[in-house]
Amino acid sequence: MIVQNEKGYVFFSSITRPMKATYCSTGSNEDFIFSDYYSTWFLVCSNVTDNSGNSTAVSEQLFRTNRVEFTQLAAEYKVVNLGQGFPDFSPPPFIQEAFCKAVSGGPTMHQYTRAFGHPPLVKSLAKFFSGIVGHEIDALEDILVTVGAYQALFCAFQALVDEGDEVIIVEPFFDCYQPMVAMAGGKAVYVPLRPSGAVLSSGDWVLSAEELASKITARTKAIVINTPNNPIGKVYKTEELQMIADLCIKHDLLCISDEVYEWLTYDGAKHVKIASLPGMWERTVTVGSAGKTFSATGWKVGWAMGSGQVIKHMKTIHQNTVYHCATAAQEAVGHGFEREHKLFGSPESYFQQLPATLQQKRTKLAACLESVGLQPVMPEGGYFMIADISSVKVNLNDQSTDEADDFRFVKWLIKEKGLATIPVSAFYSPEHRKEFDNYIRFCFVKEDSTLDAAEEILRKWSQEQ
Amino acid sequence: MGLIRSLAANLTRVRQRAARNQQQMMTSRRRSARRTDGVDKNVWVEFTQLAAEYKVVNLGQGFPDFSPPPFIQEAFCKAVSGGPTMHQYTRAFGHPPLVKSLAKFFSGIVGHEIDALEDILVTVGAYQALFCAFQALVDEGDEVIIVEPFFDCYQPMVAMAGGKAVYVPLRPKCESGAVLSSGDWVLSAEELASKITARTKAIVINTPNNPIGKVYKTEELQMIADLCIKHDLLCISDEVYEWLTYDGAKHVKIASLPGMWERTVTVGSAGKTFSATGWKVGWAMGSGHVIKHMKTIHQNTVYHCATAAQEAVGHGFEREHKLFGSPESYFQQLPATLQQKRTKLAACLESVGLQPVMPEGGYFMIADISSVKVNLNDQSTDEADDFRFVKWLIKEKGLATIPVSAFYSPEHRKEFDNYIRFCFVKEDSTLDAAEEILRKWSQEQ
Repeated sequence: MIVQNEKGYVFFSSITRPMKATYCSTGSNEDFIFSDYYSTWFLVCSNVTDNSGNSTAVSEQLFRTNRVEFTQLAAEYKVVNLGQGFPDFSPPPFIQEAFCKAVSGGPTMHQYTRAFGHPPLVKSLAKFFSGIVGHEIDALEDILVTVGAYQALFCAFQALVDEGDEVIIVEPFFDCYQPMVAMAGGKAVYVPLRPSGAVLSSGDWVLSAEELASKITARTKAIVINTPNNPIGKVYKTEELQMIADLCIKHDLLCISDEVYEWLTYDGAKHVKIASLPGMWERTVTVGSAGKTFSATGWKVGWAMGSGQVIKHMKTIHQNTVYHCATAAQEAVGHGFEREHKLFGSPESYFQQLPATLQQKRTKLAACLESVGLQPVMPEGGYFMIADISSVKVNLNDQSTDEADDFRFVKWLIKEKGLATIPVSAFYSPEHRKEFDNYIRFCFVKEDSTLDAAEEILRKWSQEQ
Repeated sequence: MGLIRSLAANLTRVRQRAARNQQQMMTSRRRSARRTDGVDKNVWVEFTQLAAEYKVVNLGQGFPDFSPPPFIQEAFCKAVSGGPTMHQYTRAFGHPPLVKSLAKFFSGIVGHEIDALEDILVTVGAYQALFCAFQALVDEGDEVIIVEPFFDCYQPMVAMAGGKAVYVPLRPKCESGAVLSSGDWVLSAEELASKITARTKAIVINTPNNPIGKVYKTEELQMIADLCIKHDLLCISDEVYEWLTYDGAKHVKIASLPGMWERTVTVGSAGKTFSATGWKVGWAMGSGHVIKHMKTIHQNTVYHCATAAQEAVGHGFEREHKLFGSPESYFQQLPATLQQKRTKLAACLESVGLQPVMPEGGYFMIADISSVKVNLNDQSTDEADDFRFVKWLIKEKGLATIPVSAFYSPEHRKEFDNYIRFCFVKEDSTLDAAEEILRKWSQEQ
């Protein structure tokens, strides 16, 4: 039973907490997509009711996802959304033009291309990254183009993780790693980054070599790292990667390195590819994303790079799951990398401009958060900033006391302040979640107007206190 | 004391051996998961490579060499220039405008009110819809009946899901030796029923069929439906060529038969619908109770599909909904155009002694090569006849096709190695070039 009150909140009789209703982007009055931002439920309903409380045949589907999904909506109810991890601004003109050009590029642009990667794209990726990795990358052997970095990760786990294999995941982790390991029949083993010292920067979150080593068993197959990291923003230093590499080599492990935010480093932090360390090329799968590289997450073009001996198994998975990736988008991304190759290191390079722009937004958001008593952890890289909510004194005014603190606070922030964020304990394993429930995650890859709106909300709030 | 010392010595030897074994284990450690075994090779890799090596007229791979219709290209251009949201993530299970227009379009056809958000999953091509179906619905030890000849991906997908493929062939019914149409290839109800066991989970059908072009009639689908209902089986129906039927043949959706909506996953393809295979937009449609499991697979494999292409396909279906049944409809124009090409190719093939099986639908035509007398001039005699002939045709004549036994299970392959497959969804100039090659060849004989 669904009831809608005058504020536009919708209540389900079986679930007591209110949900925000936002209209579907088609503007149809009859379709709502409800998101329960502050928990692990994503609720989708259609054919909803009128104010009198009579619900039509409502089909509702409730499914659990560790990562909350936000769709782009013409929001009737204002929520300043710093939760979702994608830009609310456009990709750069040169890449949009490349896509337009590709789509108007004749018959072949609309038909199947090479299944493992459109030749112009894999060639430009190989050319671009060979210098960076310090290894001559074979365009056809060492690269697999996928439907986003997400599918590259899927292929990696399916190809390399077998029943009973253990996979070490450094937490906090992008939540898809865990279900993907499970689907491959593997067992996830977690080792957390731990804040050390004053914790002003993501660089203060470190991995203990002893703790990591202690997690390795005879069944350990691979380690998964993500640098720059989501949600903390940590950019692993060479010595930290070397420590991980040493263990990989010693125990003959594979390394899956999720580097989708590789160009987004701040304050001069250098992104280092673990695959470039001695002995690591042959055992590392490096995952990249055109979506994060060119601020075009809706293109869903990603890739995996590594030794052909490893990539070939991923090709097997790929050819039996998706097989071909869309042609025109790959053509456009190929042009994007050609352009960036020419402009590499120069001020015109998008790989210089984007992090410079985002660094300003990072500063802006951090200042906001500090002004209201939220303690930001300055990210060295990536899309996100986490903030410590321990010192927040607010009457959360909610019945549920068994929910994690960060979940409760995120819920309150949405309900009472109209500001959406993500609770960081959602990025932890069940066993460690309680230790890290005092942080919430903000995405600052937003238009300045969005950040201004967030600033306004937080300013008002701090004045009320 | 002596006993303890010798036991200690044994223990040391055992420990040393264990350390050596561990060393060996580490260095010769198997990298890849076992699910990659046996599913790494496929016919396309071999033949597309061969076609690329030799300058060929390519009637092999199944995609058009002409452009998609202007209205759909325009829709894509418009979407790509459609502002920031067109370049960012959309709803993971399907862009809302697209799933709405699919629901609207197909509800009438299926005879069932399709819920846009519950009953549809948008995927990266029909290929990924098939993958999600097998992963979601087939478990270790489940048996899946595949009607042959089959689009080759069904078999490795069933294998990857831990299932066991059980094959039942379409057989040409011989009336006075003439197998003139794909409609002459039929499924025996007894043979199909005999393949069902307690472990059977699902049946996979493809209509219109690749490679033969068979368009299953209502009574044929009813026979399959009866068995599905009787044995509580799921049905995976690959209908990517649904708009391409010729000579007035009607495409029937098995999901529209009584009792079938709740147990059928219907797979569709924008690529084949709008002649835009490079867009990789597909979908699965069915009861929300079944689709929800496929969503679970989807959200852990690909999650989001590309936004702009989905927007364009949504517009495509809006347009076709308005023009449905009218002469301006692409779903009328494309099969009309392809029927002409089908006729053209069939005439070519007959003129050189290849006996075409006239397809009632789809992209392809198979031809019987039994009466071809040619010195294949190759060493390998253990390869199937159709494989050998296709290779000869590529190398010696510069014409690429695909051997039909590639679409059969290992156990039945030898019975059906006298056919090769042609794709006629090509520019007339391509078909003319093929005609030229065949004409020359027939003159040489």
